[in-house]
Amino acid sequence: MKTSYREALRAALREALQDDPRVFLMGEDVGRYGGSYAVSKGFLEEFGPERIRDAPLSELGFVGAGIGAALGGMRPIVEVMTVNFSLLALDQIVNTASALRHMSGGQFSVPLVIRMASGAGRQLAAQHSHSLECWYAHIPGIKVLAPATVEDARGMLAPALADPDPVIIFEHAQLYNLEGESNHVAPVDISAARVRRTGSDVSLITYGGSLPKALQAAELLAGMGIDAEVVDLRVLRPLDSQSIVASVRKTHRAVVVDEGWRSGSLAAEVMARIVEQAFFDLDAPPARVCSEEVPMPYARHLEEAALPQAAKIVAAARAVMGK
Amino acid sequence: MIDFKLPSLGADMDEGTLLEWLVQPGDEVKRGQVVAIVDTSKTAVDVEIWQAGKVHELIVRPGEKIPVGSVLATLLEPGESVPPTRQAPVVQTIKTEARRRVSPAARKEAETLGVDISLLAGTGPDAAVTLEDVRRAATVKPPVQAPVVASTASAAIDRNAEMRKAIGAAMSRSKREIPHYYLSETIPLRQAGAWLAEQNARRPVTTRLLMAVLQLKAVALATRKFPEMNGFWQDGGFKPAPAAHLGVAIALRQGGLLAPAIHNVAEKTLDQLMSDLTDLVKRVRAGTLRSSEMSDPTLTVTNLGEQGVDAVFGVIYPPQVALVGFGKVRERPWTEAGEVHAIPLVVASLAADHRVSDGHRGALFLAEIHELLQHPERL
Repeated sequence: MKTSYREALRAALREALQDDPRVFLMGEDVGRYGGSYAVSKGFLEEFGPERIRDAPLSELGFVGAGIGAALGGMRPIVEVMTVNFSLLALDQIVNTASALRHMSGGQFSVPLVIRMASGAGRQLAAQHSHSLECWYAHIPGIKVLAPATVEDARGMLAPALADPDPVIIFEHAQLYNLEGESNHVAPVDISAARVRRTGSDVSLITYGGSLPKALQAAELLAGMGIDAEVVDLRVLRPLDSQSIVASVRKTHRAVVVDEGWRSGSLAAEVMARIVEQAFFDLDAPPARVCSEEVPMPYARHLEEAALPQAAKIVAAARAVMGK
Repeated sequence: MIDFKLPSLGADMDEGTLLEWLVQPGDEVKRGQVVAIVDTSKTAVDVEIWQAGKVHELIVRPGEKIPVGSVLATLLEPGESVPPTRQAPVVQTIKTEARRRVSPAARKEAETLGVDISLLAGTGPDAAVTLEDVRRAATVKPPVQAPVVASTASAAIDRNAEMRKAIGAAMSRSKREIPHYYLSETIPLRQAGAWLAEQNARRPVTTRLLMAVLQLKAVALATRKFPEMNGFWQDGGFKPAPAAHLGVAIALRQGGLLAPAIHNVAEKTLDQLMSDLTDLVKRVRAGTLRSSEMSDPTLTVTNLGEQGVDAVFGVIYPPQVALVGFGKVRERPWTEAGEVHAIPLVVASLAADHRVSDGHRGALFLAEIHELLQHPERL
């Protein structure tokens, strides 16, 4: 069935709300406004204000409330408008949600799901556009997911809710209108990366909003006689090293595409693992295509120039091919 | 800033050893000037530069072995000033021997397959040796234990071994990649022989012409009508050459051969060609060839007449697409209008690349050479 990424998220949320009375949705503008990206439109009417809760503009407060509810036996889904705003809740996430199991000697778990939008491409400038998935992927004790396909948008929520520990789901703002097939029958896994296009010459390793760009680059490369494989990380913590290494062992070349800033990025972590675990399979130094290290510009042409684009991926892939 | 790189001096060369710099930092160089002497596996070659400028920095030191494409020196373009960052301590920079770039995968594979990486040219990023380079090399030649001898006493032996290896690599590639076809034609040389005898009777010994020169000129002129014999097979297609720079196969006394070019043969007089040929043979044996002579041949002509064979069916030197051979000129019976005459004959042969031409055109090409040699006075 053809559907959109947004519709797939809605279907997953509705299913969760219908199936489990412990599940509720909380966040800024999720109720009366219907969600900043219209993901929960109509849910207030359908499920009522007890389960679709508009929160005040206090990420620290409502993420903390979500943690408390999870400790109390609920299965909260907390929506944070953008990853930039989530920084206000970092204390709750790092010092409380991710640490409680450890601090309590295994007595408490925090079955909390936090959804947040990330990424640029909509001219929302330097306070609404960043790609900080990497900061969360750094934290032990949580899982970090980046659905980049309609199938994952539909399927990742259920296993995230079933997980006894906090799970953060990043929805790239550029993906909401993405159309794709969803033949949803069972929940997808939240442990493995997936090859979205097989190829033999170079592995394009990416996640989230950069996946469509990498796939587009792979098509362009095919026209130049370069057979690119595209690996979608899907799960940013814990990283599925095995799939990454398996792809690089096959192609012997890697280009990591990451919308985050280059220094200390997820791309850096992926490259480090490739070099640690597949050094003797490499036929060229691994390369990275990341965002320019600037606050995201507002002007469209500057924003486009700051982000990874298919053309940049093509150039990087050709360089590692020596072409 | 201009990067002066080590040119490829033929399909069988993938690295060279810098023997000597003929310029110093600060020297002005002209287009075509010989600036360095580089030892290939076959011979020492005077390397020319094709851009004018002022020598800024000599990057490779004499004695260093470098792959084709390496930057040997940097030059300032006319009017360019020294970039401030690079100006600093040019004097005492200690240059470490450039480490060969080999991808980890290629290194591992080379070990498995027994390929000597030091003999490979890299095609990867920054001229690194890649997996594919190693695999290609492994299919070309059986793993040979490369003689890594550096003593001067065995230098001559090394040179022979290296040359054998280089010829082997180029000829293997030729036979592997080029679908050869072969044709031959017996050409009567009565007029040419008589004309030559008459000419030479009037000349001092030093300027006497050889039949080989007539043959070269005839081949060059014939390529005007048959451009598909003269040029290169590159990037999956044929690129005709604008002029006939004929590679002349010259055997070396110590064994092996070289086929440097005489440029623009079709435009030169027989006298010019004779002096070019004499000069070339002398310089091949003295080891003072120029880089352009090594890299430019567009069609090779080989003449094994001196050795007494009737005909030669050659192996094309890639990326060229044809090779013309001549055997010994012999007096033989020849029938004309029902009468048998004893006249000098030569067998001309053609080895050509079937990707570029067919036997029909090849036959017409040989016929054109035949025809041209019947009118020596017009050559």
